[in-house]
Amino acid sequence: MQHRSEIRFLLNGRQVALSDVGADDTLLDFLRIDQRLTGSKEGCAEGDCGACTVMVGRLSAQGLHYETVNACIRFLATLDGCHVVTIEYLGGPNGRLSPVQQAMVEHHGSQCGFCTPGIVMSLYALWMAHAHPTVKQVETALQGNLCRCTGYAPIIRAAQAVTEYGTASAEHLAAEREAVAAKLTALKDGARVDVAKGDSRAILPANVDDLAAVLEAEPEATIVAGSTDVGLWVTKFLKRISPAVFIGHLDGLKEIAVTEDTVTLGAGVTYTEAQGVIAQHYPHLVDYWDRIAGWQVRNMGTIGGNIANGSPIGDTPPVLIALGASITLRKGDVQRVMPLEAFFIAYGKQDRAAGEFVESITIPRVSAGHHAAYKISKRREEDISSVAVGMNVTVENGIITQAVLTFGGMAATPKRAAAAEAALVGQPWSEASLLAAAAKLPEDFQPLSDMRATADYRMKVAQNLFRRFWLEQQGEDARLARA
Amino acid sequence: MKQNVSIRGAAHTDLIHDSAIKHVSGGADYCDDIAEPVGTLHAYFGTAKVAHAKIVSMDLSAVRAAPGVVGVLTAEDVPGVNDVSPTGRHDEPLFATEKVEFWGQVLFAVVAESRDIARRAVELAQIEYAPLDHVIEADEAVAKGYPHVTDPMTLQRGDVAEGQAGAAHRIQGQMRIGGQDHMYLEGHIAFAMPGEDDDVIVHSSTQHPSEAQHMVAHVLGVPNNAVVVNVRRMGGGFGGKESQMNQFAAVAALAAKKWNRAVKIRPDRDQDMESTGKRHDFVVDYDVAFDDTGRIEAVDNVFAARCGWTSDLSGPVTDRALFHADNAYFYPHVKLQSRPMKTNTVSNTAFRGFGGPQGVVAAERMIEEIAYKLGKDPLEVRKANFYGTTDRNVTPYHQTVEDNVLPRLVEELEQSSDYQARRAAVLAHNAKGGVIRKGISLTPVKFGISFTATWYNQAGALVHIYNDGSIMLNHGGTEMGQGLNTKIAQVVAEAFQVDIDHIKITKTTTEKVPNTSATAASSGTDLNGMAALNACDQIKERLIRWACDHFGVDALLVKFAPNEVHVGDQVFTFGEFIKQAYMARVQLWAAGFYKTPKIHWDREKGQGRPFYYYAYGAAVAEVSVDTLTGEYTVDRADVLHDVGKSLNPVLDKGQVEGAFVQGMGWLTTEELWWDQKGQLKTHAPSTYKIPLAGDIPREFNVNLADWSENRELTIKRSKAVGEPPFMLPICVFEALGMAVASVADYAKCPRLDAPATPERVLMAVERMRG
Repeated sequence: MQHRSEIRFLLNGRQVALSDVGADDTLLDFLRIDQRLTGSKEGCAEGDCGACTVMVGRLSAQGLHYETVNACIRFLATLDGCHVVTIEYLGGPNGRLSPVQQAMVEHHGSQCGFCTPGIVMSLYALWMAHAHPTVKQVETALQGNLCRCTGYAPIIRAAQAVTEYGTASAEHLAAEREAVAAKLTALKDGARVDVAKGDSRAILPANVDDLAAVLEAEPEATIVAGSTDVGLWVTKFLKRISPAVFIGHLDGLKEIAVTEDTVTLGAGVTYTEAQGVIAQHYPHLVDYWDRIAGWQVRNMGTIGGNIANGSPIGDTPPVLIALGASITLRKGDVQRVMPLEAFFIAYGKQDRAAGEFVESITIPRVSAGHHAAYKISKRREEDISSVAVGMNVTVENGIITQAVLTFGGMAATPKRAAAAEAALVGQPWSEASLLAAAAKLPEDFQPLSDMRATADYRMKVAQNLFRRFWLEQQGEDARLARA
Repeated sequence: MKQNVSIRGAAHTDLIHDSAIKHVSGGADYCDDIAEPVGTLHAYFGTAKVAHAKIVSMDLSAVRAAPGVVGVLTAEDVPGVNDVSPTGRHDEPLFATEKVEFWGQVLFAVVAESRDIARRAVELAQIEYAPLDHVIEADEAVAKGYPHVTDPMTLQRGDVAEGQAGAAHRIQGQMRIGGQDHMYLEGHIAFAMPGEDDDVIVHSSTQHPSEAQHMVAHVLGVPNNAVVVNVRRMGGGFGGKESQMNQFAAVAALAAKKWNRAVKIRPDRDQDMESTGKRHDFVVDYDVAFDDTGRIEAVDNVFAARCGWTSDLSGPVTDRALFHADNAYFYPHVKLQSRPMKTNTVSNTAFRGFGGPQGVVAAERMIEEIAYKLGKDPLEVRKANFYGTTDRNVTPYHQTVEDNVLPRLVEELEQSSDYQARRAAVLAHNAKGGVIRKGISLTPVKFGISFTATWYNQAGALVHIYNDGSIMLNHGGTEMGQGLNTKIAQVVAEAFQVDIDHIKITKTTTEKVPNTSATAASSGTDLNGMAALNACDQIKERLIRWACDHFGVDALLVKFAPNEVHVGDQVFTFGEFIKQAYMARVQLWAAGFYKTPKIHWDREKGQGRPFYYYAYGAAVAEVSVDTLTGEYTVDRADVLHDVGKSLNPVLDKGQVEGAFVQGMGWLTTEELWWDQKGQLKTHAPSTYKIPLAGDIPREFNVNLADWSENRELTIKRSKAVGEPPFMLPICVFEALGMAVASVADYAKCPRLDAPATPERVLMAVERMRG
């Protein structure tokens, strides 16, 4: 295995090679402090405000693809082989503004201006994909960008007017695509990257087998995929994560395989990358998926990471457990498969040995039956659930034969409602049966009160969702839609 | 007034924000973007991890010993006074000494070679506390006999007992109103550079550079003239940088002088939110008496506020809550009392509206109570209680309302929003039952303009015309996104009739205009615009006098035409004219000054004219509520707002839209939550939820009342716009209440507390269902 002790990437219009890189160096600090590219701002250092938004271009099997990320929680080492595009690179020569920037100016989309570079980057990425975005698409693209001054209305107007100021194909980024792809291809040497600054070490394995080997050698290493959680350990809790093994770049963990019976997602598949297959095979998750974090975090965060970090309030475990998902863990050459629900042992404790990693998630294709996924949060979008639930009820001849009801936010782990499930099985498929099961919920859960919700609300809303489930299955309008 | 303008950037025209191009291209520099000199050090605060305690011991030896740490600052290192109280009450130590009074209070500062080293070193402190009982809630403070942080105020007119005795109905209730974090995208920051002698220059993200200057001098023990404070722009302020920058500016300056190196201090978002003040939370006990038609007879309210551990600006904030406890309504008999309560929380401070919104929300709650009690549309009750124009027009503080435009404004909005038909449709929808309920509400705003601290209503400006005809504009106001600089440059462009591109707006600095007031109370344009105009007028007068002498014409024949000066038959470009004036030794610069006329206020008596004028507005919101979960959407909002004769309609509209959404956040999803130990747990955007693009009204129609003109002689007859529209989204809050009330057929007032999170909405639904 070839080793390389520097990272190499494209930063705007030039190539950068860095050998002095630690595990916890962030892209934002590199941009602002080392490079004096101060257009990207730090607003929160936790991936919630989007003031640091930049675009990262990456080569995959589908070619060069750009996506927005939060530079504040993106680790510098992970940029190896990528093209980083900051606000400073969008305009043209002689101060010419890009159409996105021009539209923002003409529509008065900035007031204090501090969030503006990040908003411009998100709108730019949106515009590259959609020349004429709908309001809904604009709102979704801006889920990860906070603005405290404008009330967003002028920003939405600007986003819808961009194409009046030019076309994406005329942008220098478009013109440079092939050249950038060629440069990034040239950077791919198949080597393991092993860099350090002082005693802080970052490893980027060459492939999945190499990852297994690295973890065998460094079983206590911090495994980092999208860094949307680990990033905060560093920026907010000042935790040292060295040695860190970064896996977000591994194509071998990004595979999506669909068989007659199952959908298998590599652990490194991001929420954004999974969106298409989820929408196709699990239509009840479409609305739910859009409410996971903001766009930048969906571009970075992985389903494997969401599972592996064991949070009781992760968005995907409740709905995946309800679907009967299993996960494959790997240590060295040894794989083991377990039901996802068995992975969560207790708060902060998962069934993962040192040196072991989550390799993939396998989800049964949806059976005929009743499926639902609900997320309740203080703010509709880009918020952590107070309660999340996946529901999967099988009915034969009018009688419930199987029920899987999995809740997040109600216990120390994502957990099935055993008593409520038991109350359903054998009962007729009716509202009365569901309400009777809901009444059993206090036997399953004693939720906590915290800043997101009180225990009373958690229980009340969890119970009420049984009724929503019934009404929706009857085709009734029981949920708000922001059309 | 010149109507036939052809200059770019004239007054009353739409013009982009002067920094818009820099904003979108990342070229606008904020404090943290200023290039750091070699050897710049970084400071970071060590703060208390307990809500109320005696400090038994503070061992900072490990902090000092950490590699890269240059030193530590505590109260003992303060050469001047260990105090940053903005009102001179000396109740706000910069560094705690014997006692901790809230979780997050500053104990010490570490100064290190990098910010990362400083942040990590802070964690090494060993502090031993002897905990004391703590109080978080205002009503709990009242119950436990906690002191006032500042003198309470009472406003009184008429005889409440008499009013109550004659009224057919009387309702007493309580409303809890939450606070709000500013969540400016740019957090606090200060960057100090030492100079010779006692001098120090501080770049600070502040709305009040003069106060930062005075506080730095106070802490350093040097005269004000040794300290310069600069601010080019802020990444948002909203009141959060009116006094809260003091601690950062003072510590940066202290460290810069001590080590003779540039020093920057920038808290992370968590520390910014834990250790700097917010909007005051209120508990309002109301008692309203009214007749069968819904007309109010008497109001007797007590406003207890969570002020935090020091007075800060809580005096004027709680005063302003009382000044707005009437909102737009005449109270024949009234008594309003404030209780500015000390609590073991961060000291609350200014925030857009400055206590006013809490007063207005409580007034609107009483309207709701009356409407639900009498089974009327709340709008009908509102109209029945509006201030009159010739009678029923005296406020609880004995100022006569002379400029009431609300009847016309509300009438127009009611028509343009199709309120009546939509209300009928909402009622019909709800009558069908169902999970999704709707609500609609129209609420008005009347907001008093002027600092109630009368001496604050003064401003200065400095205008230079250089001998090439280019103009430099400087004034005491600060730019935080509101477009103040743009609007004042428009005033100057209009005065000299030159394209606005000729005017360079320079950073706010205490070196150019001294003794400035905070850019606050919506007053930035009113005060500084007039001061700038005064400077322009002085220069123009000199130019005209010289031109009359030099060209032998009458003053009436010297005219400033678009980019030209006409002197009799002769026409000069502005540049040529200025060049000649310079050669003739005409003074081409002036310092302008302005003080607001007519205002006076006697706080002891509770009488006077604290406000020069009022700004008005009204809004209608329609919402949908999921009665199973408490979730909601705002389906539509229509706004009609009065900004007088707008200096820049598009910027003013931006203020209205932005204020609406910010106010909506305050009343809906923005919740401050403390745990049992007294720690604020909503201290970053991950836990504190301000509105997103997807939260704004689905249909959002915002209009300015283009017929309005300030009856007072304000700058170009415009009106202040920063704060008044913040209260417009009370209609969203009340519409949510209506949807909730629908589950009990509107028989009871929903009594929603703020913020109406989905949880509060669902719990109210459950309560209504009984």
